Amino acid sequence: MGQKRVEEEPVKYLLMICGDETAAEYADAGCDGWSEEMTARGVIQGGAGLQPPHEATTVRVRDDNLLLTDGPFAETKEQIGGFVLIDCADLDEAIEIAAKHPAAAYGTIEIRPLWQP
Amino acid sequence: MAAVADQVAKAFREEWGQLVATLIRLTGDWEVAEECAQDAFALALQRWPQDGVPDKPGAWLTTTARNRAIDWLRREAVGAAKLREVAAMTDEAEPVGDDGGVPDDRLRLMFTCCHPALAMEVRVALTLRTLAGLSTAEIARAFLVTEPTMSKRLTRAKQKIMHAGIPYRVPPAHLLPERTPAVLAVLYLLFNEGYSATAGADLIRSGLSGEAIRLARLLVHLMPDEPEAGGLLALMLFHDARRDSRTTDDGELVTLEDQDRSRWDREQVAEGTVLLDATLQRGRPGPYQVQAAIAACHATAARAEDTDWVQIAGLYRQLARFQPTPVVALNQAVAIGMADGPEVGLRVLDDLATGPLAGYHLLPATRADFLRRLGRSAEAAQAYREAIQLASTDAERRFLRRRLEEVS
Repeated sequence: MGQKRVEEEPVKYLLMICGDETAAEYADAGCDGWSEEMTARGVIQGGAGLQPPHEATTVRVRDDNLLLTDGPFAETKEQIGGFVLIDCADLDEAIEIAAKHPAAAYGTIEIRPLWQP
Repeated sequence: MAAVADQVAKAFREEWGQLVATLIRLTGDWEVAEECAQDAFALALQRWPQDGVPDKPGAWLTTTARNRAIDWLRREAVGAAKLREVAAMTDEAEPVGDDGGVPDDRLRLMFTCCHPALAMEVRVALTLRTLAGLSTAEIARAFLVTEPTMSKRLTRAKQKIMHAGIPYRVPPAHLLPERTPAVLAVLYLLFNEGYSATAGADLIRSGLSGEAIRLARLLVHLMPDEPEAGGLLALMLFHDARRDSRTTDDGELVTLEDQDRSRWDREQVAEGTVLLDATLQRGRPGPYQVQAAIAACHATAARAEDTDWVQIAGLYRQLARFQPTPVVALNQAVAIGMADGPEVGLRVLDDLATGPLAGYHLLPATRADFLRRLGRSAEAAQAYREAIQLASTDAERRFLRRRLEEVS
C-alpha cells in the first residue's frame, strides 16, 4: 500500500480555488471573514490569491534545454485563482471548511490531500 | 466433508462483514483487514474437516483473524497500546450506538464505503467486496468489466480512503440527514442492478438483489431509528416477491396487470407489510416509505382490477414532493388514468409531452395504453409504433410489438 496513515493524526490538504474568467471580479472581495474564522480555529497553514493565469510562465527542462511558455500549463476554462493549505482531522472537516469559503458559491474548490511520505 | 464446506460458507456469509469491519477499525488498513479475514476462512477450510466445526464458528474466526492482525502489527512495529486493543478484540457484537454507545463496526464500514467523496460505482463495488464478501472476480462479472479493471478500481478506492482521510465512522448527527440517503441509494442501486437482470440470463447479477436485501436488513437492525431504512427494505421485499412472475419462461416481459399473482411470494409480501406499517407509524415519511406504500398497494391487491388506484395516485402526488422528477410525474399520470379514467390520463400526458420526457419511450407507450383502453385502436397503433422506435431493449420492443398486433 506504500504510505500508511495513522488514524487520529491530522491530515494536510491543499484547497485549490478555481473559477472561470468571471471569478476575477471577486479578486478584491476578500474572504468575508472565512480566513479570520479558520485562522482562529487553527487550521490554516498558509495560502494566497494569485494573479490571473495569463501572467503565468511555465517551465520545463528537456535535454538540458530550458523551455518557457507564456501562460498556464493547461488552457482550461477553470483556472486556479488561489490556494490555501489546511491541517485538519479528516476529509469531512476539510469538506466543511471548503464549503464555507465564499468562492465555493461562485467557483469550484478542489481538495487534494498532501503526499505524506 | 460437504457439510463442513457448507458450514464454512454459512459462517462466511454471516461473519465476513463483521470481521472485516472490525479489523479495519483496529489496523486502519483495508487491505490487511481483508487479508486477515481471508486467511481465517482459508484456515477454517483446512482445520474444520479434521477438528470438527467449533461450537462458536464466529468466535473461532475472530480469534484466528485477530492473531493474523497482531502478527502484522508486530511486523509494522506499532505501539503496545494498539496491540493490547487488538488482543482485546472479541466475537461479542458491540451495542448499537444510538444513545452515545459504541456504533457497530459494520455501520461504520457502510457509511465509509458510501461516502459521497467516492464515485457511485466505487461505492457499490466497495460495499459488495468489504461488507457482502463478493470476490473481485464476481463483482467484475456483475458489472461487466474485466477483473483487473475492478481490482484497480477497488485498490484506488481504498487508497483514496486512506490518503484523503475519509473518516472510518458513523457520521455525527448533523451530517446524517445528507449521508444516510447516500447509503440507501447504494443499496437500492444494487437491488435494481440485480432486479433488472432477467432470470437465468446472469445468475451473479440477479444475486445482487439478494445481497441488497441482506444489507438492507442489516441496516434496519443497525439504524432502528431511521424510518427510511425500513421503507427501503419493505420496498425491496415487495418488488422481490414478484420476481418470478415478471417474465415468461422464454424471457418475455409480463406487465403487472397480467402477472400470475399466485406466483408472488406471499410470505415476503406479509413481511414487507408488517415492516412498512411499523415504519409509517413513526410519522416521518420519506421517498422510500412512499414508494414502498405504492408497491404495497400492488402487492396486496388480490386481482389486478382490485388495485386501489386512487390511493396510488395520491401516493405519487406525495412522492413528487420528495422527488419532483419527470419519471415520477409519468407514473403519477398512469395512476390518475387508472383511477379517473383514460381520458383524464391522456390530458395529464399532454401536459408532460413537451417537457423533459420528450423522446422517452414510456411516454408514447403510456399514451398507447390509454388509447387502447378507450378503444381508439388506430391512434393507439400509431403511439405504439412511436414507442417501438424509442425503446432501448429488445424485450421492451417485443412487448410493444405484441401490443401493436393486438390493436391492429
